[in-house]
Amino acid sequence: MADTLFLISGGIAILALFTAAVRFFLGPDVVDRVIAFDVLTIISISLIATIAHTEGRVIYLDVGIVYGLLSFLGVIIVAKYLERGL
Amino acid sequence: MELLPIIGGIVTLFGSFFLLLGSIGIVRMPDSYNRIQAGTKATTLGTLLFLLGVGIYHPSWFPKLVVLILFILFTNPVSSHVLARAAHSIGIKLTKSTVVDKLKDTSGEEIDA
Repeated sequence: MADTLFLISGGIAILALFTAAVRFFLGPDVVDRVIAFDVLTIISISLIATIAHTEGRVIYLDVGIVYGLLSFLGVIIVAKYLERGL
Repeated sequence: MELLPIIGGIVTLFGSFFLLLGSIGIVRMPDSYNRIQAGTKATTLGTLLFLLGVGIYHPSWFPKLVVLILFILFTNPVSSHVLARAAHSIGIKLTKSTVVDKLKDTSGEEIDA
Protein backbone atom coordinates (compact mmCIF):
# COMPACT_ATOMS: atom_id res chain seq x y z
CA MET A 1 0.00 0.00 0.00
CA ALA A 2 2.69 2.50 0.96
CA ASP A 3 4.83 1.45 -1.98
CA THR A 4 2.09 2.25 -4.46
CA LEU A 5 1.72 5.66 -2.82
CA PHE A 6 5.39 6.30 -3.52
CA LEU A 7 5.01 5.23 -7.14
CA ILE A 8 2.00 7.54 -7.59
CA SER A 9 4.01 10.44 -6.10
CA GLY A 10 6.83 9.71 -8.52
CA GLY A 11 4.36 9.72 -11.40
CA ILE A 12 2.94 13.09 -10.35
CA ALA A 13 6.48 14.48 -10.10
CA ILE A 14 7.21 13.31 -13.67
CA LEU A 15 4.03 15.10 -14.81
CA ALA A 16 5.28 18.27 -13.08
CA LEU A 17 8.58 17.81 -14.90
CA PHE A 18 6.91 17.89 -18.31
CA THR A 19 4.75 20.87 -17.34
CA ALA A 20 7.79 22.92 -16.32
CA ALA A 21 9.57 21.90 -19.54
CA VAL A 22 6.79 23.68 -21.48
CA ARG A 23 7.88 26.99 -19.96
CA PHE A 24 11.50 26.13 -20.74
CA PHE A 25 10.68 25.94 -24.44
CA LEU A 26 8.14 28.79 -24.57
CA GLY A 27 9.61 31.48 -22.33
CA PRO A 28 10.21 34.68 -24.26
CA ASP A 29 12.91 35.91 -21.87
CA VAL A 30 16.10 34.41 -20.57
CA VAL A 31 14.85 34.75 -16.98
CA ASP A 32 11.91 32.45 -17.73
CA ARG A 33 14.24 29.77 -19.03
CA VAL A 34 16.55 30.06 -16.02
CA ILE A 35 13.73 29.67 -13.53
CA ALA A 36 12.29 26.72 -15.48
CA PHE A 37 15.72 25.08 -15.36
CA ASP A 38 15.89 25.62 -11.61
CA VAL A 39 12.46 24.03 -11.14
CA LEU A 40 13.46 21.07 -13.33
CA THR A 41 16.52 20.30 -11.22
CA ILE A 42 14.62 20.63 -7.95
CA ILE A 43 11.98 18.18 -9.19
CA SER A 44 14.81 15.82 -10.18
CA ILE A 45 15.94 15.74 -6.56
CA SER A 46 12.56 14.31 -5.58
CA LEU A 47 12.77 11.74 -8.39
CA ILE A 48 16.23 10.68 -7.18
CA ALA A 49 14.73 10.14 -3.72
CA THR A 50 12.01 7.94 -5.28
CA ILE A 51 14.62 5.85 -7.09
CA ALA A 52 16.63 5.54 -3.89
CA HIS A 53 13.50 4.21 -2.18
CA THR A 54 12.63 1.64 -4.85
CA GLU A 55 16.19 0.36 -5.12
CA GLY A 56 16.67 0.44 -1.37
CA ARG A 57 20.14 2.04 -1.33
CA VAL A 58 20.75 5.15 0.70
CA ILE A 59 23.87 6.16 -1.24
CA TYR A 60 21.81 7.52 -4.14
CA LEU A 61 20.86 10.51 -1.98
CA ASP A 62 24.40 11.88 -2.37
CA VAL A 63 23.60 12.44 -6.04
CA GLY A 64 20.66 14.56 -4.88
CA ILE A 65 22.92 16.75 -2.75
CA VAL A 66 25.16 17.35 -5.76
CA TYR A 67 22.10 18.27 -7.86
CA GLY A 68 20.99 20.82 -5.29
CA LEU A 69 24.44 22.39 -5.23
CA LEU A 70 24.65 22.57 -9.03
CA SER A 71 21.22 24.17 -9.42
CA PHE A 72 22.01 26.85 -6.80
CA LEU A 73 25.36 27.71 -8.37
CA GLY A 74 23.95 27.69 -11.89
CA VAL A 75 21.20 30.20 -11.14
CA ILE A 76 23.56 32.51 -9.27
CA ILE A 77 26.18 32.48 -12.01
CA VAL A 78 23.66 33.25 -14.75
CA ALA A 79 22.15 36.06 -12.66
CA LYS A 80 25.58 37.61 -12.07
CA TYR A 81 26.36 37.42 -15.77
CA LEU A 82 23.06 39.14 -16.65
CA GLU A 83 23.65 41.95 -14.23
CA ARG A 84 27.18 42.88 -15.05
CA GLY A 85 28.81 40.83 -17.77
CA LEU A 86 31.48 38.22 -17.18
CA MET B 1 -0.76 -2.96 9.73
CA GLU B 2 2.26 -0.71 10.01
CA LEU B 3 1.54 2.91 10.61
CA LEU B 4 4.81 4.66 9.76
CA PRO B 5 5.04 3.67 6.06
CA ILE B 6 1.48 4.80 5.38
CA ILE B 7 2.06 8.19 7.04
CA GLY B 8 5.24 8.58 4.99
CA GLY B 9 3.37 7.76 1.80
CA ILE B 10 0.65 10.32 2.49
CA VAL B 11 3.16 13.09 3.29
CA THR B 12 5.04 12.30 0.07
CA LEU B 13 1.79 12.45 -1.90
CA PHE B 14 1.10 15.95 -0.54
CA GLY B 15 4.61 17.00 -1.50
CA SER B 16 4.18 15.81 -5.05
CA PHE B 17 0.90 17.79 -5.33
CA PHE B 18 2.76 20.95 -4.39
CA LEU B 19 5.35 20.23 -7.07
CA LEU B 20 2.60 19.88 -9.65
CA LEU B 21 0.98 23.14 -8.50
CA GLY B 22 4.31 24.96 -8.78
CA SER B 23 4.80 23.74 -12.33
CA ILE B 24 1.31 24.76 -13.37
CA GLY B 25 1.96 28.16 -11.79
CA ILE B 26 5.09 28.63 -13.86
CA VAL B 27 3.16 28.03 -17.06
CA ARG B 28 0.17 30.24 -16.28
CA MET B 29 1.59 33.30 -14.53
CA PRO B 30 1.55 36.53 -16.61
CA ASP B 31 4.95 37.94 -15.70
CA SER B 32 8.57 36.92 -15.10
CA TYR B 33 8.56 38.00 -11.48
CA ASN B 34 5.39 36.04 -10.73
CA ARG B 35 6.95 32.99 -12.35
CA ILE B 36 10.02 33.29 -10.12
CA GLN B 37 7.74 33.43 -7.06
CA ALA B 38 5.67 30.43 -8.09
CA GLY B 39 8.66 28.40 -9.10
CA THR B 40 10.59 28.92 -5.91
CA LYS B 41 8.07 28.81 -3.11
CA ALA B 42 5.94 25.92 -4.26
CA THR B 43 8.80 23.67 -5.32
CA THR B 44 10.76 24.28 -2.11
CA LEU B 45 7.78 23.24 0.01
CA GLY B 46 6.97 20.32 -2.26
CA THR B 47 10.51 18.95 -2.09
CA LEU B 48 10.60 19.39 1.69
CA LEU B 49 7.41 17.37 2.16
CA PHE B 50 8.51 14.74 -0.36
CA LEU B 51 11.84 14.12 1.37
CA LEU B 52 10.18 14.20 4.80
CA GLY B 53 7.85 11.44 3.66
CA VAL B 54 10.77 9.31 2.49
CA GLY B 55 12.45 9.94 5.85
CA ILE B 56 9.41 8.79 7.80
CA TYR B 57 9.32 5.56 5.78
CA HIS B 58 13.03 4.80 6.37
CA PRO B 59 13.96 6.22 9.78
CA SER B 60 17.58 5.15 9.39
CA TRP B 61 17.95 7.47 6.36
CA PHE B 62 16.89 10.51 8.34
CA PRO B 63 20.26 12.26 8.97
CA LYS B 64 21.20 12.45 5.30
CA LEU B 65 17.71 13.59 4.35
CA VAL B 66 17.80 16.32 7.02
CA VAL B 67 21.04 17.63 5.51
CA LEU B 68 19.42 17.71 2.08
CA ILE B 69 16.27 19.40 3.40
CA LEU B 70 18.22 22.12 5.22
CA PHE B 71 20.36 22.75 2.16
CA ILE B 72 17.37 23.21 -0.13
CA LEU B 73 15.54 25.32 2.46
CA PHE B 74 18.45 27.76 2.75
CA THR B 75 19.65 28.02 -0.84
CA ASN B 76 16.49 28.15 -2.94
CA PRO B 77 15.26 31.54 -1.65
CA VAL B 78 18.74 33.06 -1.99
CA SER B 79 19.03 32.06 -5.65
CA SER B 80 15.54 33.35 -6.47
CA HIS B 81 16.30 36.69 -4.80
CA VAL B 82 19.52 37.13 -6.79
CA LEU B 83 17.70 36.23 -10.01
CA ALA B 84 14.89 38.70 -9.34
CA ARG B 85 17.34 41.54 -8.68
CA ALA B 86 19.22 40.75 -11.88
CA ALA B 87 15.95 40.68 -13.83
CA HIS B 88 14.98 44.10 -12.49
CA SER B 89 18.37 45.58 -13.30
CA ILE B 90 18.29 44.48 -16.93
CA GLY B 91 14.85 46.00 -17.29
CA ILE B 92 12.31 43.21 -17.48
CA LYS B 93 8.86 44.78 -17.38
CA LEU B 94 6.28 44.15 -14.70
CA THR B 95 2.77 43.16 -15.67
CA LYS B 96 0.03 45.80 -15.76
CA SER B 97 -1.70 44.45 -12.65
CA THR B 98 1.28 45.33 -10.46
CA VAL B 99 0.99 48.85 -8.98
CA VAL B 100 3.96 49.11 -6.59
CA ASP B 101 7.61 48.91 -7.60
CA LYS B 102 9.70 49.74 -4.55
CA LEU B 103 13.02 48.83 -6.10
CA LYS B 104 12.58 51.33 -8.94
CA ASP B 105 11.93 54.15 -6.47
CA THR B 106 15.24 53.65 -4.72
CA SER B 107 17.36 52.15 -7.48
CA GLY B 108 20.55 53.84 -8.45
CA GLU B 109 21.76 53.78 -4.87
CA GLU B 110 20.92 50.14 -4.17
CA ILE B 111 22.14 48.12 -7.12
CA ASP B 112 25.87 48.60 -6.83
CA ALA B 113 28.92 46.77 -5.44
